[in-house]
Amino acid sequence: MRQLAIWRPGSTRVLPGFGLSMGISVLFISLVLLLPITGLFGQLAGLSLAQYWAIISEGRVVASYMVTIGAAAVAAVVNAVFGLLMAWVLVRYEFPGKRLLDALMDLPFALPTAVAGITLATLYAGSGWMGGLLEPLGFQVAYTWVGIALAMAFTSIPFVVRTVQPVLEDLPAEVDEAAMSLGATDGVAFRRVIMPHLWPALVTGTGLAFVRSLGEFGAIIFIAGNMPYETEITALMIFVKLQEYDYAGASAVASVVLFVSLTLLLLINIWQGRFVRRLHGGKG
Amino acid sequence: MRRIGDAPHVRRLLISAALLLSALFLLLPLIAIFAQAFSQGVAVFWSNVSNHFTLHAIGLTLMIALLTIPVCLVFGVALAWLVTRFSFPGRRVLQTLIDIPFAVSPVVAGLIYLLLYGRNGWIGSWLDTHDIQLMFAWPGILMVTIFVTCPFVARELIPLMQAQGSREEEAAVTLGASGWTTFWRVTLPNIRWALLYGIILTNARAVGEFGAVSVVSGAIRGQTNTLPLHLEQLYQDYNAVGAFASAALLALIALLSLAAKAGLEWRASRREAF
Repeated sequence: MRQLAIWRPGSTRVLPGFGLSMGISVLFISLVLLLPITGLFGQLAGLSLAQYWAIISEGRVVASYMVTIGAAAVAAVVNAVFGLLMAWVLVRYEFPGKRLLDALMDLPFALPTAVAGITLATLYAGSGWMGGLLEPLGFQVAYTWVGIALAMAFTSIPFVVRTVQPVLEDLPAEVDEAAMSLGATDGVAFRRVIMPHLWPALVTGTGLAFVRSLGEFGAIIFIAGNMPYETEITALMIFVKLQEYDYAGASAVASVVLFVSLTLLLLINIWQGRFVRRLHGGKG
Repeated sequence: MRRIGDAPHVRRLLISAALLLSALFLLLPLIAIFAQAFSQGVAVFWSNVSNHFTLHAIGLTLMIALLTIPVCLVFGVALAWLVTRFSFPGRRVLQTLIDIPFAVSPVVAGLIYLLLYGRNGWIGSWLDTHDIQLMFAWPGILMVTIFVTCPFVARELIPLMQAQGSREEEAAVTLGASGWTTFWRVTLPNIRWALLYGIILTNARAVGEFGAVSVVSGAIRGQTNTLPLHLEQLYQDYNAVGAFASAALLALIALLSLAAKAGLEWRASRREAF
């Protein structure tokens, strides 16, 4: 296992630049990340609690939460399976085109979301390559809930692959050799021997994919159809309220989204911290 | 010794499933972008790309990316140096805080900037009385782009600098090198590839940001339209070929980023082998 740097608190002030790097970091984080959030609270302060509740519990808004959370959950589960498969194939097997496949995994992060959005919408519309195949079979993707989940899944593909891959690479060969020599079948060995090592990373990656999907906008709006109550995501809800100059309404809904995503981020960070400590803890 | 999943039929099945699914969900969209962009020939593609508004959008997009990169670079290096070279209370909090832009929806990111610096915000109203307009103008686009891209460089550097430790720098300083000399001659050569990769990621995201930018830009053609906003407008105007011409340019940047990443990783794995 790779050795982590041994890091001795107290002996490290030999190096210069503490004041400068602290100054730049704190200034930047305060101005760029934290100060703008005060604008949101300023706007919310103008609302009474009853008004706030009325906005965030309005029927159309609640419907948008349902659509967003439901589609993001489906996308995250699909990505968990797909990501696990890709990570396994990329780490364990050698085959022609493997390097290309590995590079292709990062495409959804490199490709601008608006480009992904219009491309998926065009592909899966009735006249598109995929839509033309699927719609005669009675399966409509574009302008439905399935399209939203598809777009979310596409933009978050790299999360699971890239969190599971390094863990799988670090797994020593003896682990599965032992299982196999004791006569376990592939399925049993994978479940009982490999999965216990993988699942913390799998949960982290799936969680990140879910959070990303909750906030995704550019890739979804083109394929979603954006029908109120049916295929409208919460991010679009905020955008629509802004275009109607309903700043208070937009802020109220945004505060819900912000709260949920920051809470999930914090949980994932705590989870990841615990899991990294468990992996490397006893060894240092 | 046989390993799990080494049986030929399992192997064949999993590899074909991976290839098929990737072709369907990743390769096909990529091909579709270029197929659509060139569906009416190279001449039409070229006239779409060389159109005045497209050229302006390309220029604005590049300018925003060029201004974003140095800001993120300085911040990323400073933060990585801080959290990997010193121990102080609140170190973990800082590391969690830089992840905020990854979790925040781009639309919400745009909104919080609009609320603060827009005409109704407490900073915006003060700026307004001094005739400074940040929102619905390029400075606003730059500000939200910096917000969404600022974690990339730091996130690339922190694990690497943590793994390398500070022994080399401590040796340099103990032997009498100044802080800057140590940074330029010892630290920088060790982190340059991760730094480059961070820049590539920052650039890819800066060029392609859509949600946050669409909230603060106003999307005025020929003024505050970045390339992703421009392609959205064309698409909404039922000019699919025009939209995909811009999309192809952005996809090309994405492909170059992926190629650069693969190149850097190949280099790193070769160096590890020695």
